[in-house]
Amino acid sequence: MSDLVIDNISMRFDLPNGDYVQALQDVSLTLQSGELMSVLGPSGCGKTTLLNIVAGFLAPTSGEIRLNGDRVEGPAAERGMVFQQGALFEWMSVRDNVGFGPKMKGAPKAESRETVDHLLDVVGLQDFKEKMVYELSGGMQQRVALARCLANDPDVILMDEPLGALDALTREKMQGLVLKLWKETGKTIILITHSVEEALLLGERLLVMAPRPGRIHKEYRLPFADLGVGKDLREVKTHPDYGPKREEILSMIWDMEEEIMGRTEEAGA
Amino acid sequence: MIPLLIYVAIFVGAFFAVKFIVRRTQPRDFTSLKTVTFGDESAVRADRWASIISVVALFVLWGMFTGSALLPKFLHMPGPFVGDTSFAYTAEGPAGTDDAVVTVRVHPVDQKPDAPEVDPGDGFAKNDSVLIGAWRSGLILWDKNDEAKRKADGAKIIAIDGKPISAGERVRTANGTVAITDKGTINFTPAKGMQMEPIWLPSPEAVWARFIDLTQEGYQNFTVLEHLGWSLFRVVVGFFFGALIGIPLGYAMGLSNWFRGWFDPIVEFMRPVPPLALIPLVIIWFGIEEDAKIILLFLAALWIMAIAARAGVSGVNISKVHAAYSLGASKWQVMRYVIVPNSLPEIFTGARVAMGVCWGTVVAAELVAAEKGAGMMIMVASRFNLTDIVIVGIILIGVIGYGIDILMRQAERFLVPWKGRA
Repeated sequence: MSDLVIDNISMRFDLPNGDYVQALQDVSLTLQSGELMSVLGPSGCGKTTLLNIVAGFLAPTSGEIRLNGDRVEGPAAERGMVFQQGALFEWMSVRDNVGFGPKMKGAPKAESRETVDHLLDVVGLQDFKEKMVYELSGGMQQRVALARCLANDPDVILMDEPLGALDALTREKMQGLVLKLWKETGKTIILITHSVEEALLLGERLLVMAPRPGRIHKEYRLPFADLGVGKDLREVKTHPDYGPKREEILSMIWDMEEEIMGRTEEAGA
Repeated sequence: MIPLLIYVAIFVGAFFAVKFIVRRTQPRDFTSLKTVTFGDESAVRADRWASIISVVALFVLWGMFTGSALLPKFLHMPGPFVGDTSFAYTAEGPAGTDDAVVTVRVHPVDQKPDAPEVDPGDGFAKNDSVLIGAWRSGLILWDKNDEAKRKADGAKIIAIDGKPISAGERVRTANGTVAITDKGTINFTPAKGMQMEPIWLPSPEAVWARFIDLTQEGYQNFTVLEHLGWSLFRVVVGFFFGALIGIPLGYAMGLSNWFRGWFDPIVEFMRPVPPLALIPLVIIWFGIEEDAKIILLFLAALWIMAIAARAGVSGVNISKVHAAYSLGASKWQVMRYVIVPNSLPEIFTGARVAMGVCWGTVVAAELVAAEKGAGMMIMVASRFNLTDIVIVGIILIGVIGYGIDILMRQAERFLVPWKGRA
C-alpha cells in the first residue's frame, strides 16, 4: 500500500521575458515500496525538478504526487532527501546532525540517542560522533547525510547526486553502502545520478529521461543492484549483461546530448 | 626629513641584520627563499622580528628627537643650546664706532636663573647681559645702558662679531643667530638643535609620567580611566541597542518581502551617511548628554547590524533549508536551528565593523561636545597645548580600539568556530 505515485506531472517555469521552459511534461510512474530507482538523463531533462516536486519543494504546474494514497502538499519527514553537498549543518556536531530529525519530532532524548548511535555505527562513523562536520572529509560528510536521513525513518529517500562530489574510490565504497542500506532498511529510494555506471549498479529500475520538454524516455529493470548487495561491485561489472547495457544507455544519452548541441547550434546560427 | 631618513635606515639595516642572522640558523632551500611561493599572498606571514623592531624603532626615534632619558646620550639628536654664550656687536654713534659684548645665559624654560654679571666695559657701548629660555628667542635692547641711544642719537649696529649687518639681516654666531630688527634692536635666537620642544612633543617618559598622573589626579574632574570608561560605556550601550533592533530588523528584511520593501529605502539611504554627519542633528535634538551620545552610537550600529543580519539570512544555502524541511522541521524550527545559526558568522563580522565604527564615532562626538570621555579629554588638553595628555589619550584610544577588535575575534572563534569552513 505504501506506493509512491507520480501522476501526470507537468512543470513549467515562466521566464521574466515572457518565455517559458517546459521542465517536465506528463511524467507518470509508480514506485512500489522498497524499490530503488535510479534516474539518468542529460542536463536539462528535469530530473532534479522531478525530485524537488516529489520532495515537496516545488508545486507542479499540473498533476500530483501521492504517497501511500495521500496527496503530497509540501516537504515532510516521510520523504527524506540527501543532497549532493553543503546541506549538513556545520554548526552542529555529527551526532546533532544525525539527531536533527528526531529532535524536530520531539522524540525522547534517550531513544533518539540510541537511533543515532546505531546509525553512525552502520555508516562507519562510530569514532567521529562528537566531531564537527567541517572536520570530516567529503565522503564522511555524505555518510552523515545518509545517516541523518535514515534517522528520521522516512518512507521514501530522495537522493540528488549524493555521490557526485566524491572521488572515484570513495564513490565506489559509498555505492556499496547505499546498496547495503537499501537492502537492510527496505526503503523506497529515488537516486539521481550523472554516472551511467552508478545508475546501472544501484538501480533496480533505471529511468532514462529526455530533455525539452523533460519526459521519460525509457525504463529498464536491472538485476545488478540485487547482485551487488554485500559484494564487490567490480565483480558485478563482469556480468555478461553489464557491458552491453552500459553501451546501450551511454549511446542513448550521447545521442540526446548531441541533439541538444545541434539544436543550440541551429538556434545560434 | 631627517627622522624619515633615520627611519628608512633602521628599516633597511634591520632587514639585512635579521636576514644575516636567520641565514646562519635556518636551512636555505627553495621554499625558504620564496622561489615557489612568491606571489602567493596566503604564504606571506608577518615576520615577528620585523614587528618587534618596527615598534622599538618608533620609540627609539621618539626618544632620539625628544632627548629621552631612556636612551643613552649618544643616541640623542643635538639638543637646544643651554649655557652661557656671547657675541660682540659694533655700534655706530655720534662719537664713532665702539664694540661691546652681549653675554646670553640660555636656560631650560622651566628654570629661572639669574642673569650673568658683566663688567660694563669702556667706550659708549656697554656690555649687556640677558636671559633667554632654550628654544625661545630674546629681544636685546642693547642701547639701554649705552651712552648713545638709537632714537635720540641715531645709534645703530653695523656689525656682529665683526661681520657687517644692517636692519632685517641675520648673522650666525657661535651658539645661535643674531638678527637686527627694523627698529634696530637685536633679536638673538640660541641654537635650537634638532630635538622637539616638550610642548610640541614630550619625551616617552614624560608621557608615561603624565599617564600615571592622569590615573591618580585625573584631568577635567575625571581620571583617565573614568574618561575611557565613559567612552566605552557609551559604545557598549549604543552598540547593544543597535544590535538589539538591527538584528531582528535585518532578519525581517531577509525573510519578508514587505519588510524588505519597507525598510530597503531607509537602510540603503542611511548606510552611506557617515555617523559623524549626524552629530550636529543629534546635538540639536538631544543635546550633549549621555542619551544624545547613545542615540548617535545606536544609529551608527543599527544599519551595520541590520545589513549584516540581512546578508546572513540571504546567505543561507537553500539546500540546508530544504534539508531541514524534509527532516520534518516547522517554519519556526527552520528559523531557530538553520537560519539563525547560519547567519551568526555574518552577524559577527558586522559586529566587529560596528564596534570599530562606534568607537571612532564616540571619540569624534566627544571632540565636538562632552563633559567627559576620551575625546573630550584630548580636545580640552589640546586647547591648553598639553601635548602629553593628547598623546596619552590617542595611544589609549588606539589600544582600546585594538583591544575591542581582538576581543571580538576571540569571541568569534569561540562562538562561531564553523565560520569560513562550510
